[in-house]
Amino acid sequence: MQRLTTIATALALCVAAGGASAQQKEILIGSQCDRTGPTQLVGTIFCPAVQDYVNLVNSQGGVGGYKVVINELDNNYQVPSAIEEYERHKQQGMVSTLIWGTPQAEALNPRLEKDHIPGTSPGFGSAAAANGGKYQYLFPLAATYWSQGAAGIQFIKDKLGGDLKGKKIAYLYYDNPAGLEPLAILKGLQQNEGFELRTFAVPPPGVEMSAQILDISQRYRPDFVLAHLFGRAPSVMLKSLKQSGYPLSKVLGFVWASSEADIMAAGGWNVAQGYHTMQFVGVGDDYPVIKQIIAMYQKEGKQPPKEMATSVYYNRGIQDAAVHIEALRNALKLTGGKPPTGEDMKKGFEMIKNFTLDGLLPPLQVTPSDHEGGGWVQIFQVKGDKMVKETEWFQGYRELVLKSVNAAS
Amino acid sequence: MFYREAGVFKTSYAADMAMLPMPNTRWAVVGLGVLFLGIIPLCADEYNLSVLNLILIAVVGAVGLNILVGYTDQVSIGQGAFMSVGAYTAAHLITQLHAPFWIAVPGGGLMAAAIGTIVGIPSLRIKGLYLAIATLAAQLIIEWTINHVPWVSGGTQSTIQVGPPAVFGTPLTHGWQMYFFLMFFVIIAMIGAQNLIRSRIGRAFIAIRDQDIAAEIIGINIFRYKLWAFAISSFYAGVTGVLYTYYLGIANYEQFQLDVSINFLAMVIIGGLGSPLGPVFGAIFVTLLPIVTRRVLSSVGGIFFNASDLSAVVPSLRLAIFGALIILFLVVEPEGLNRLWRNIRNYFRMWPFSY
Repeated sequence: MQRLTTIATALALCVAAGGASAQQKEILIGSQCDRTGPTQLVGTIFCPAVQDYVNLVNSQGGVGGYKVVINELDNNYQVPSAIEEYERHKQQGMVSTLIWGTPQAEALNPRLEKDHIPGTSPGFGSAAAANGGKYQYLFPLAATYWSQGAAGIQFIKDKLGGDLKGKKIAYLYYDNPAGLEPLAILKGLQQNEGFELRTFAVPPPGVEMSAQILDISQRYRPDFVLAHLFGRAPSVMLKSLKQSGYPLSKVLGFVWASSEADIMAAGGWNVAQGYHTMQFVGVGDDYPVIKQIIAMYQKEGKQPPKEMATSVYYNRGIQDAAVHIEALRNALKLTGGKPPTGEDMKKGFEMIKNFTLDGLLPPLQVTPSDHEGGGWVQIFQVKGDKMVKETEWFQGYRELVLKSVNAAS
Repeated sequence: MFYREAGVFKTSYAADMAMLPMPNTRWAVVGLGVLFLGIIPLCADEYNLSVLNLILIAVVGAVGLNILVGYTDQVSIGQGAFMSVGAYTAAHLITQLHAPFWIAVPGGGLMAAAIGTIVGIPSLRIKGLYLAIATLAAQLIIEWTINHVPWVSGGTQSTIQVGPPAVFGTPLTHGWQMYFFLMFFVIIAMIGAQNLIRSRIGRAFIAIRDQDIAAEIIGINIFRYKLWAFAISSFYAGVTGVLYTYYLGIANYEQFQLDVSINFLAMVIIGGLGSPLGPVFGAIFVTLLPIVTRRVLSSVGGIFFNASDLSAVVPSLRLAIFGALIILFLVVEPEGLNRLWRNIRNYFRMWPFSY
């Protein structure tokens, strides 16, 4: 009898737990965003930006009469948690999701395809995901590691006077799959352009690289250094290169080695003078959308968020949220105002054209086959106490990148 | 639960050897079977099933680690690496040889067992923390190898995509199908572990745990049995890796890093070392606690914080509470959740006339 009642209670409990909540005039976008775990340096800036942009959109009346709801969950950079949170968002009825982390993007991809829910992975994930034919529901929507590698070489080539023959380039990278990924492109370009390439691996967690730095600055003495580092590693690199006397104006950091936070951690702006950084979203607060967010805060009588000081990550958060909102706008056009499905959102993402938020974003050209949107980057250089734009949006060796993307799938 | 056993009335060897000697325990197992194989998959929705599936996979890994840490008293913090060995072996078997799950799962397990045996060799000379560091080396070496050897990792991204397992030609795509698939392995894993411990090998493990020199004196071949413990435990870890691969659809070593090894060690310790149900409790606790604390915090936290602060506070607070609860449970009952459960059971055994 006891057991029967236990079973009956359990049954009643799980029926009660299963009831989903109905919603009206709200559209849910799932957000996986890590404010804890190994990527918290990025997440603590990035995640509030996502919320701020969505709040801004909602304060302006939402999208097509719908209030956009972002449900943010933190997966602590663990794949099983990411799966659990994805299922949670799905149960709540999300139409699209922000993904966080390369292994997570890979693990979620089969589920995105099964459930027809598009997800974005700006600046991380496999470079092959640019191929919309194979990764149908995954949208990098920002320069992948291959595009970054190609753009890096393009920039160095322009910087060194248009010819790379016989030049020495050092590739300093974090020794994990993401760090290794650009090598395929770099090696391809090495043959085409005839430069010398030497690689310097930094083992995780990347806080000790004095041997590599000495090797670069004293022995190899390259014409340019490409640095593809994550987490605490970029600040360690800046500090050690500065100490070794190697000019930082001959160093280009890839997108995750390029924030104000890294420069601060390295000891401030004067340590990093001349350092080049690669960006897939604009840097600084000189953009209308940032001003609007500040105005929104001031209207509520609050200070603008302190996260804005690290504009590199803050603006990337804006970008990730904004592409979802833009896709939602496009999807609502397709459905004629009815709540969109994940399938509509996918089409909405693929309709994103020249959506730049007044220069904050590159001129993305998303198509059903190109989910990267062109692989645009800008280079900024540290001058004084800010990063100064050095180039406009450009793509590096686009044909070669596309060829590799197609060959990979 | 609410019964008393009295006397030994066994009249046959079969009854004496039975895995569940008490009729009441048998009924409890039948009841649990009905609950987990009938009621839960029927009424749980897809989200709850996905959480259950994660727990089921964790149970297999924790049961395996318990054989090594709980019964043989050999520390291993390379369990995550053995999982990745299993995962990549299975991924290659599946993608290149189109192996069905009944080859891929034991295949991944066997490969992990082979590697685990090699890693276990230092255990013959060193014990305790020293052994832990030796297995840590294994974790790092395996990670490095996967990252740098393309024919193991399947390319720069170290990711191999794998389709869902197929049973009788039907691919298991739904959550409930996966639930039964994983449950099958959990049942085998638990029955296997339980019977192993009752066997000659298991008794040798326990003898080594309790006093290895004494065990050697009474004729137990320590060399062989320590390696057996590593092999069997790594086999379980490999199977766990294969199950993760099937469940997630990819093999990727970045999801089997050191924190995973530590997590599994935490499961076994929190659950209770050297008890059959301990790792199950531990796996449930460690998997479910972050999810439950997040849900509680998000619903209760709205009283104290506004929405945007809440999303900043919850993740950090969740970790803090997770850590605090682990300490709390271990202070309340150092022998783990399994002991806590037995204390509760013993209390109710006499209830309401406890003395």
